[in-house]
Amino acid sequence: MADASRALLPSIEEHDDLANIEKYIAQGGYETLKRVIKEMSPDDVTNVVKEANIKGRGGAGFPAGQKWSMCADRYPRYVLANADESEPGSFKDRKLLEGDPHRVIEGMILTSYALGVNLGYIYMRGEFFHIYDQVEHCLLEAREKGFLGKNILGSDFSLDIYPHPGAGAYICGEETGLIESLEGNRPYPRLKPPFFPAAVGLWGQPTILNNVETFSDVTLILKNGAEWFLKLGTEDTSGTRLIGVSGHVKSPGLYELSPGITLREVIYDVAGGIRGDRQLKAVIPGGISAPVLTPDEIDTTMELGKLGSIGTMGGTGGVIVMDETVSIIDVMLNASNFARHESCGQCTPCREGTPWMNDILRRIHDGDGRIEDIALLLDICVQIHGRTVCPFGMAPAVWPIKTFLIKYYPEIKASIEQKKAVVLPVEQAYLKQDEGYEAMGGPGNFRLKEQVLG
Amino acid sequence: MALAFSPDSQKRAEEILARYPAEHKKAAVVPLLHLAQKEWGYISPDAMSCVADLIEESPVKVAEIATFYPMFNKEPVGRHLINVCHTLPCALAGCSDIVTHISGKLGIGVGDTTEDGRFTLKKIECLAACDRGPVMLVNRELHTHLTPEKIDTIIEGLE
Repeated sequence: MADASRALLPSIEEHDDLANIEKYIAQGGYETLKRVIKEMSPDDVTNVVKEANIKGRGGAGFPAGQKWSMCADRYPRYVLANADESEPGSFKDRKLLEGDPHRVIEGMILTSYALGVNLGYIYMRGEFFHIYDQVEHCLLEAREKGFLGKNILGSDFSLDIYPHPGAGAYICGEETGLIESLEGNRPYPRLKPPFFPAAVGLWGQPTILNNVETFSDVTLILKNGAEWFLKLGTEDTSGTRLIGVSGHVKSPGLYELSPGITLREVIYDVAGGIRGDRQLKAVIPGGISAPVLTPDEIDTTMELGKLGSIGTMGGTGGVIVMDETVSIIDVMLNASNFARHESCGQCTPCREGTPWMNDILRRIHDGDGRIEDIALLLDICVQIHGRTVCPFGMAPAVWPIKTFLIKYYPEIKASIEQKKAVVLPVEQAYLKQDEGYEAMGGPGNFRLKEQVLG
Repeated sequence: MALAFSPDSQKRAEEILARYPAEHKKAAVVPLLHLAQKEWGYISPDAMSCVADLIEESPVKVAEIATFYPMFNKEPVGRHLINVCHTLPCALAGCSDIVTHISGKLGIGVGDTTEDGRFTLKKIECLAACDRGPVMLVNRELHTHLTPEKIDTIIEGLE
């Protein structure tokens, strides 16, 4: 099915064997690499990617071309693919590595060519057993064909790429945590500055680290041009977005969509609406780290900048939909279990704060909550936020808890008062963020509103 | 007793080590720990020493790593390791009923191993298959869209 508005998924849907290099080549695979090496200078490649203005697809949305051009003028340089996909709600990188791994590899080779890199790794989460085996095989195939190894396609450019497994730690998705993990250290994220591995990365050298989806996009940008990629998206977010919808919808799945689509359309048109035609209660738009949106806030588009402007984020595109049957306390406790388990333990506020929040939510859930617990939870959120080495201390440790707490204050208050995890009718369960804050009467007399809402 | 890899695993270990610059052998620690776990089922102090020798580090350096990552078993586990995802999307899809069902069927709690040493049941965080929940990982295999009936078939199919 030719579909001019999609770029990444149609080939996977049409061919179930693109992991076989012959099949990938038959579909035009590695043609881009051949042409680029023959016709383009490394700087030309960087310029095209910059022009395409691709915002990184790993969660933070930092422009990839800009990241590349910050590479310190030192060698050796390294390239790393972040395939540690661990963000709850996100399952797009799995799909790309299962269905079209050579496109990711080709993107890494093109990136390496642009930046003079001779060694790279694909860091995959440890639970991707079969994907690891497949990628390892694909890399061998690419080497046999002369797309990797010494003097690639007769040029003076040489590159090796190897697979590298993680072992079940969410923190390895943070780029400096990933680098520490790869080096064989505990994956404690590094203190910033230096802010970017492009300056100081793997083994102290300049390192370009991008998400799997970003590398797939790089291949397509160089194949079809920056103009094409810009047109594919919107002014805010070029290219397409892979949106993974999970939770209480009729058709959960991975969809490739224009960033201009609204969240309402994603839920009701693309994913078929809420199961059993129930009412929507809450939706997380970009993986569990992204602040929650209420049913009144779903007319936003999925553009990264737009989502940021309403106080949430595009993140990894994992849309988690919750219907009228959920208890918000259950959801918060679940999110908090995750944060407690995955805090790496390096920074005191996060290491100590996540279990405290978890214990408090547990007691509210179990019917032992106190009304002061709401202010206490907010206080812990404020104490963690911005006081940790890496962004884990904000997302996912603080943002989901804080935003649920403020927006769904009526239901949480009711749960405390009624000594159980209650489920209020949707229209009574939430407030606008400002109203939620006011309803609380301010979270204690020593916190500024900006600190809580900011 | 010093442990040593089987000849096949030793060969694999050398392949892995060759992927990293000679001065950065330590980078191979996680892949080598995976190899050790495949060979011995869990990471004993002797296994840590074995890996330490290969990367030319002290055993405590390996212990620092092995104890950090949830995937490395520090104690023996059952022949089949069942990891049920319990993160939000799977929770919304009803994973707690799945855990209860397996627990009841095997007669063990979460974190326990059956007396005959066949099964260990654990809960795991997000497996990146949220559209197909509830999901679980049994050894290396991902199982999706779980129902009690499907679980019975899977478990009965394991020796």
